[in-house]
Amino acid sequence: MSDQRPDAHQRSRTIDFALKTYLLIGYAFVFAPIAASFVFSFNSDRFPSIPLGSFSMDWYRAVATDPLVWEGLRNTLLVGTVVAVISTALGFGAAYTDYRYKFFGKQAYMALALLPPTIPVVILGLAMLAFLSRVDLAGNAFAVIISHVVICAPFAMALTRLRLSQMDASLEAAAWNLGASEWAAMRHVIIPFTAPAILGALFITAAVSFDEFAVAWFVSGLNETLPVKVLGFLQGQVSPRINAIGTFVFVTSMTLVIVAQVLLTGRGAKAQKAALEEE
Amino acid sequence: MQRDALVAFDGVIKRFGSFVAVQKLDFEIRKGEFLAIMGSSGCGKTTTLRMLAGLEAPSEGAIRLAGKPINDLPTWKRDTPMVWQSLALFPFLNVIENVEFSLKMRGIGKAERRQRAEKWLDRMQISEFASRNVAQLSGGQRQRVALARSLVVEPEILLLDEPLSALDAALKVRMQTVLKTLQRETGITFVYVTHSQSEAFSMADRVIIMSRGKIEQIGTPQEIYRTPKTRFVANFLGSSNIFTGDVVHADAATIGLSTPSGTFRLNAAAGGAVKTGQQATITVLDTKPALSLDRPAESRNMLRAKVIGEEFVGATATIYLETAGGQEIRVQKSHAELSDLPVDIGQELYVSWSQDDGHLVSAA
Repeated sequence: MSDQRPDAHQRSRTIDFALKTYLLIGYAFVFAPIAASFVFSFNSDRFPSIPLGSFSMDWYRAVATDPLVWEGLRNTLLVGTVVAVISTALGFGAAYTDYRYKFFGKQAYMALALLPPTIPVVILGLAMLAFLSRVDLAGNAFAVIISHVVICAPFAMALTRLRLSQMDASLEAAAWNLGASEWAAMRHVIIPFTAPAILGALFITAAVSFDEFAVAWFVSGLNETLPVKVLGFLQGQVSPRINAIGTFVFVTSMTLVIVAQVLLTGRGAKAQKAALEEE
Repeated sequence: MQRDALVAFDGVIKRFGSFVAVQKLDFEIRKGEFLAIMGSSGCGKTTTLRMLAGLEAPSEGAIRLAGKPINDLPTWKRDTPMVWQSLALFPFLNVIENVEFSLKMRGIGKAERRQRAEKWLDRMQISEFASRNVAQLSGGQRQRVALARSLVVEPEILLLDEPLSALDAALKVRMQTVLKTLQRETGITFVYVTHSQSEAFSMADRVIIMSRGKIEQIGTPQEIYRTPKTRFVANFLGSSNIFTGDVVHADAATIGLSTPSGTFRLNAAAGGAVKTGQQATITVLDTKPALSLDRPAESRNMLRAKVIGEEFVGATATIYLETAGGQEIRVQKSHAELSDLPVDIGQELYVSWSQDDGHLVSAA
């Protein structure tokens, strides 16, 4: 792809090399700790040190036999799934409202809808705890779900909104004109068109919820999610089990995000190609 | 309402906030005709079409379809399919699914749906693309899909909103033929919105010319071309020379008009009645005047003007001239007619036309 760009041949080799090195260092900086954690999770030694001991699955075994980890994982999966569904539905609704309607105070509505991710998580967590305990919802899975939906719905909205902005403005009206009621047009035109964004949003929101620690720590009470459990382990002792869990969490999150990316850009690229051909 | 009227606009007004998009439309669309609504952007032609489709509601007045008021009928309950400027094909459906869409929305069973869609694909000569994605089609093929998708319900009326504007010139002409033939064969009433005079005049049985939300003239292309009713129409078509002046003579046979470019005579029958002393505007089609070096016969209307430029389009040339008074004159001639005439820039020539060629535009 980059070979086809007109400036690819003209760029000096030195600059080319320097840029690539810079990129490599950048990625190394981000991923080296994760890679280290990954490597040490398979190391038999008690402490992370070099030279490495032998290859071992002991720490994974230790994690897998720990009922606390399973409990945390169950909570995380339950919360993540429910959060993904609810926040994607809410995000879709908000994005469609923005797409379809003009009303007084729309800008304020959009600003409010996009606000939650900009609030520091500690403040959000504290506020959630204060509020949810007052309405007697703190300290259980519901509390985590509610809080995570607040954080995740804006992501779902942003994704759906982006997709809707790529839609031919007459598409929905064309469906009505061809005999589709508003509900039928929603079902047969808007949802199929935004399907990649909806699926992408499901995975992204699940990933955000899966990783989220701070707010969950405040409101989860005894129903701790996996990241909160991990903190518990860390406070007790530094064990290579952390590496095993970390690797697992990383792989899971990355899988979700990558699936979302593939869904979003794969279809997006196809649509773009079509638009180019149209020119 | 006439017996053969399919649609009637009855004092229809459309406002968007304080902006009046369409002011008081009164006209009828006849059953089975090809009607073009033409005007520059912002003249209200698309709003008119959207009201007919049920995508906008009139602020005042009534729209009747086959005698029944349809103001409050939502678009999905009307049989007024539209071909969109962007075509608005569903990108997530293949060609035949696009065509089946409106049948599906009407709850028609799968087998019948497929059969009816196939019939229209066949008719539009796109059967071979039935299972293709719409993104894989050329502009002309997509155009045909859009037509098939709208016509599959076999409506009484088809609305078209500048559907050819995205095509290149050659394809445009081909699609015009397709549209005209289709309209004639099906007998479906076509309402075609466009800003292009050549599209409107080559296809339509009748043309409506709109400006600033009002109808300037309704008539056959011939009528509008030969006898523009208002100065705006004459100007908009751009194919007439326009002279404004005072009526100095008016009897049963002849009208005399004194303009800054000269005094011209025309037949009294050519337009409305005028009285001496009134101001009036006349038009002379640019194909009518003769150009000559020598003074023409006294019976002809004439003026002297200098050539300021010429423009060639195919077999004809348009000569632009300017009178001493600064009035621009355009004359269209074939190359053969110009062969022994010096038309260099600055050359002074006589421009003359017969009394029969002038046409009185109603109001000055």
